Amino acid sequence: MRKKRRFKRGEIPTASMADIAFLLLIFFLVTTTIDTDKGLGIVLPAEGEEILIKKENILNCLINSQGNVLLGGVPFRIKDISKEVRRRIAENDKLIISVKAHEKTKYNDYIAVIDQLKMANAKRISIAESD
Amino acid sequence: MIVKRKTKLSNEIPTASMPDIIFMLLIFFMVTTVLRTYDGLPVELPKAKRIEKLKSKRHTAHIFVDKKGLISIQDKLHSIETVRHVMYEIRAADPMLTVSLKADRAAQMGLISDIHNELRKADALKLNYSTKTAVN
Repeated sequence: MRKKRRFKRGEIPTASMADIAFLLLIFFLVTTTIDTDKGLGIVLPAEGEEILIKKENILNCLINSQGNVLLGGVPFRIKDISKEVRRRIAENDKLIISVKAHEKTKYNDYIAVIDQLKMANAKRISIAESD
Repeated sequence: MIVKRKTKLSNEIPTASMPDIIFMLLIFFMVTTVLRTYDGLPVELPKAKRIEKLKSKRHTAHIFVDKKGLISIQDKLHSIETVRHVMYEIRAADPMLTVSLKADRAAQMGLISDIHNELRKADALKLNYSTKTAVN
């Protein structure tokens, strides 16, 4: 006597698929952190890539340990830097802003200055070593 | 006279495509999730207005610098001399690397400047100063 087959066709039960997918979905929902890092981007020059720049194309920006800024030899308040730099760039589009900070300068002041330069759409920012 | 409705309106939400929708969401979250993140040091980030988003979390390495001058990379404390070697390894493994510098606002520029130099020697040139968004 032949045994009767229970299933006609081999089928994978799909009723619980949605549940399994939901479970995985919830796992990844919980583990995902959407908030991305934000910050001021800058590209450092490669090692040994020193180029000589004409003096008239350099704007020195010095920050002392108290957070006072000297822009091209003239003291400026931090919030006024962007306006001045924008004006200077309009005069000379090859202008490179060389930021030099004292060793004891607070990082906060330095970021404030870089932020001001970014606000003035300064593309050429150079970070000089403090000496 | 009663007018017969031509088509029957079913008041059920069709669930046949639900697994597909869920799978789609699932795949989205699977792709965007990065499982391991490093904790680092407690830092108070400076604020800035002109910020940009980091493109990919996968290609980001964090350097933490706290106000005491401790440096932490991938949950390990390093001295300034070893930063170069560690960053070189990370940079070699990922050519698209961007370094996110999470330094405390009270950190001193002398140290940050040293880190700049070490990063240049490690050929990790794309740098991002991690900041918070300044209001106004």
